[in-house]
Amino acid sequence: MEAATITRGGRSILERSPLARLPDRILRWALTGLALLILALIVYFFVRLVGQARPAFSRFGVFSFTFGNDWNVSAEHFGALPLVVGTLITSALALLIGVPVAVATALYATELCPRRLRAPLTVLVELLAAVPSVVYGLWGIFFLAPKLHGAEQWVADRLSFIPFIGGGVVTIPNYFITGLVLAIMILPIVSAISREVMSTVPFDHKEAALGLGATRWEMIRLAVLPYCRSGITGGAMLGLGRALGETIAVTILIGDAPRLGSHLFSQGYSLAAVIANEFGEAQGLHRSALFAAALVLFVLTLLVNGVARWFVVRASRTGGAAAGAGPTGGQLAAGAAAGA
Amino acid sequence: MSAHGAAQRTIARFAVSPARARRDRIARSAIAAATAIALVPLALIIYYLLKEGLGSWSGTFFTTDPTGNTFFKSVSIGGIKSAILGTIEIVALASAIAIPVGVAVAVWLVEFGRASRSALVVRFFVDVLTGVPSIVFGLFIYIVLIVGTGSTYAAYKGSFALSLLMLPVVVRASEVILLLVPGSLREAALALGAPRWKMILKVVLPTALPGMVTGVLLAVARAAGETAPLLFTVGATLKTSFSLGGAMNTLPLQIYYDVTSATNSIVARAWGAALTLVTMILILNVLARLVARRSRL
Repeated sequence: MEAATITRGGRSILERSPLARLPDRILRWALTGLALLILALIVYFFVRLVGQARPAFSRFGVFSFTFGNDWNVSAEHFGALPLVVGTLITSALALLIGVPVAVATALYATELCPRRLRAPLTVLVELLAAVPSVVYGLWGIFFLAPKLHGAEQWVADRLSFIPFIGGGVVTIPNYFITGLVLAIMILPIVSAISREVMSTVPFDHKEAALGLGATRWEMIRLAVLPYCRSGITGGAMLGLGRALGETIAVTILIGDAPRLGSHLFSQGYSLAAVIANEFGEAQGLHRSALFAAALVLFVLTLLVNGVARWFVVRASRTGGAAAGAGPTGGQLAAGAAAGA
Repeated sequence: MSAHGAAQRTIARFAVSPARARRDRIARSAIAAATAIALVPLALIIYYLLKEGLGSWSGTFFTTDPTGNTFFKSVSIGGIKSAILGTIEIVALASAIAIPVGVAVAVWLVEFGRASRSALVVRFFVDVLTGVPSIVFGLFIYIVLIVGTGSTYAAYKGSFALSLLMLPVVVRASEVILLLVPGSLREAALALGAPRWKMILKVVLPTALPGMVTGVLLAVARAAGETAPLLFTVGATLKTSFSLGGAMNTLPLQIYYDVTSATNSIVARAWGAALTLVTMILILNVLARLVARRSRL
């Protein structure tokens, strides 16, 4: 027997009337519009930024603006090398100091510490993310920098035979102290992502290692770290992105000297700091040069973050296979990245 | 006797050699030590904030506006009333923009976009927004709302800059929570004949609410502490203002300008303001965690 479809007015009575379907359609298109509006906004911002930066780029050329070693406001000559170098040195220092410590905290929290300590420890590390950048600057310049000044001078004197590290006069604001404070600032995000990735390591792998007689450390080295390598790399890159773009703490701590520092403990400048400091009074070509510096910074962070996302997503592909449906480790890690 | 010896030999054969045990001990203590080192800055920051900040806290500190960099000691430097109120106003407006938009985009990504190409593109751009340095947001708003309109600084422009900064955090945090809402709940609602908008409004969002509140509060806390996006958007004033169309003082800017001052009493005001700001942010963080505990997802 053929199932009869009861119809009224040409459609099944189970079907909603076009009028009743309208709210659904409206919601769908309104939300889609909103999402696409954000895309349009970002593209629009980028185009406008390029437009503002064009006078500086066309005057000096993109390459010689970015790598010219001369930032001279009064002579209206702008080469951003001292700023680029300052940004890169301080961020590299932040990674060098911050990442090992962050990975160690994540390892301790996920593998070694007593279960009762895990939550409080996580909260404490995340508290570091709650401290605003300007407070890091305040604390760094009035407490940390003066306290460490003697030790820095001692290191610089002892290592005077190594070019670029030692030998010079240590100033209170300098590259090293900036990198150190940046390391503290990126610690929570790198640690959060490492922890997320480490919690996706299958128990089988760890138990297999322990069952074969591995010590805890050998289990970490053989089962946990190799599994998490790309996730940790991604977390570190996200931390690098943060460090590159950090503005206020760096402006307070780096010394704001628009030239290449001769060594690790000398003053310098960074891309973000130069904008924060000079933009208020800048006119004409100077202003355009600052927009160009912002563009260089923007592209730099974009590249770093792009690579970071790629690593984190790759980590979630290997980690998410066992998780099946539901959010994968990578999505959770991305959420943690956004939240930290 | 010999049985005992055999048992010992068996244990010895399976035991970890002294060298490996030593390496294990060293590695584990190194990891524990690094963890302890990570917590040292936190302790130092909190200690110095309390030590230097509590000294400048007083009744008048919260009820008077700051005065400029006074050279004469007889003139009071004032408190931080305008900065506290300004921060609350600007962050409130920023939240009023970023939270609805962010949640809406997250709902679209999870309920409609899913794995479509346009959803992937939107996700990518949201990630791009996450990575944009905060000072660049300030410049974006400066170009569009100040150069573009030929007008001057205004508090609401600072709110726009902060909302851009909050947006990706709200989207990603809400998206993660929405993905945790069980599909069976959605199917149950649809099977009972609910249209999708009802299913989203009455089933999905209420289930996800506590979790989303956590992410949103963390975004608000992050925006409250930002200085860079406000530098070239809100303008400078020391007076209390309730007009979002004019210049406004904020805590981060007040601290930033006070740090660069050479006068001790003004630096003391910066510590007091910093303690106030960190306290406000910590309250938001604690609230976020309390709400998170209520989430059943």
